[in-house]
Amino acid sequence: MKPESLPLFAHEGPDSIVAWRDHQPINARRFLADVRELAQRLPAGRHMLNLCADRYRFTVGFAASLLTGKCSLLPPAHAPEVFRQLHAFAPDAFCLTDDADCTLELPLLFYRDGIADIGNEDWVVPQIDAAQLAAYIFTSGSTGAPVPHRKTWGRLVRCVQLEAAQLAPLQQRGCAILGTVPPQHMYGFESTVMLPLQSGAALCTARPFFPADIATALDRLPRPRVLITTPVHLRSLIAADVVLPAVDLIVSATAMLPANLAREVERRYAVPLLEIYGSTETGEIAARRTAVEEQWRLWPEVRLEIIEGRCWAQGGHVEQAIALADEIELRGPDRFVLVGRTADLVNIAGRRSSLSYLNHQLNDIPGVLDGAFFVREDEHNSVAGVSRLAALVVAPGLDAAQILMQLRDRIDPVFLPRPLLLVESLPRNETGKLPRQTLHALVAQAAVREPHLFA
Amino acid sequence: MSETLPQSTAERADPLALEREIARLIVQGLNLPDAPETIDPEAPLYGEGLGLDSIDILEIALIVSKQYGVVLRADDQENERIFRSLRHFAHYVAAHRTK
Repeated sequence: MKPESLPLFAHEGPDSIVAWRDHQPINARRFLADVRELAQRLPAGRHMLNLCADRYRFTVGFAASLLTGKCSLLPPAHAPEVFRQLHAFAPDAFCLTDDADCTLELPLLFYRDGIADIGNEDWVVPQIDAAQLAAYIFTSGSTGAPVPHRKTWGRLVRCVQLEAAQLAPLQQRGCAILGTVPPQHMYGFESTVMLPLQSGAALCTARPFFPADIATALDRLPRPRVLITTPVHLRSLIAADVVLPAVDLIVSATAMLPANLAREVERRYAVPLLEIYGSTETGEIAARRTAVEEQWRLWPEVRLEIIEGRCWAQGGHVEQAIALADEIELRGPDRFVLVGRTADLVNIAGRRSSLSYLNHQLNDIPGVLDGAFFVREDEHNSVAGVSRLAALVVAPGLDAAQILMQLRDRIDPVFLPRPLLLVESLPRNETGKLPRQTLHALVAQAAVREPHLFA
Repeated sequence: MSETLPQSTAERADPLALEREIARLIVQGLNLPDAPETIDPEAPLYGEGLGLDSIDILEIALIVSKQYGVVLRADDQENERIFRSLRHFAHYVAAHRTK
């Protein structure tokens, strides 16, 4: 029997628009020519670290790796230690980059724009074997080494087909998708790369950052247009009181979206706001309109089951059962609510890690005798609503700045402790655990003793 | 002729006073473990130096838009220079403030 194969993209003809760069459309013929040209220049290694910041270049790189049977590596963070670990995982890896200043110690291939000859090649959309290994997406894991998650082409396609069915504007032709998230993370990869490819929509090369940039980038796109973003960006739009041009749908994921923020966004911009639930392990599996509903609607074919207190997902694009990191209460065959997160996991502005991973990295620093990260409960009034971590460290002979410099080399900067407090010993109880109340009491004492650490 | 200016305008025109004020707003707004006066005005704000990340930069954008009416944009060609240091940033705010 012939193995199932699925088309690289769903755009119907050579003139359909695959991407927008500023006001300029990039059609499917140009895209395919760029993919084929790059595919010919890829080095022999079978693993490609795709660091292109421009979403079109990233997508061309991903497609070229599919055509040549290579596997894309999408790491959890861009810290030097992570790249060393990736190199250990795949010694033949090379890096595709569009940053002329990239100094990564891997074989580098620089992306070059507009060099492909469009020519008169026949219009044939490449077919990719559904069982082909398309990507390893990494999570930070709990023991110090990133954990790879295998994604086959068929599974990636199925997942975004289910997503596309949930997003009304995508049912119209020529929909444009703008993302504020990078293509290298699971959510951005699914919703701003795979989703436009597989729904025939156009991606937007830009990745707007400041609130005013989001308004400008949206304005440059034709309607219908969809904004793929996060609670941090939504909060910054509201806080900056930015006027957005008309938008047909906003999608949020990566961190829990507070219902009052969701209502404010829907009211202010007169647009439905869909929140998506998923994880790197499962991909996206559920959605809800947070402004008006608490319950999540599970995507067709995906099922949840609670076994000994843990919730497992399977079915649809989730090939084998995967335990979810959240505590979940089922409210029907395809409905659920979130009631909490497993204590070890942290999510700072959509970046996920675990306290055990961060603690491992901290205690791995030469000179650190003991150390622990924890989540601060005394949230300061951050405008974007992001709360940070703190850490207690025993390291005679080191100062906080030296430890922070070492940490910066190992972990994503969003997890850097604020503050990092040096102590003589950690208040461990007889089982070696650190009671939360004691940690918070120590931080509160330090706030009195060294107020400048807390501003 | 600064002595002929009203005092508030003189303060507004004093780049060092603005620099110190922005340092204080950043430390307060971001809950940084640094005293505002210890921030090296020539050190980079992003990455090394003060060690800010992209979420901090987003917070700073909100702070200066509220406080000074300055709207930051990422495609601004000056952007790299703006965040090169506290001093560059203060110069940018001084030149673009609307309140």
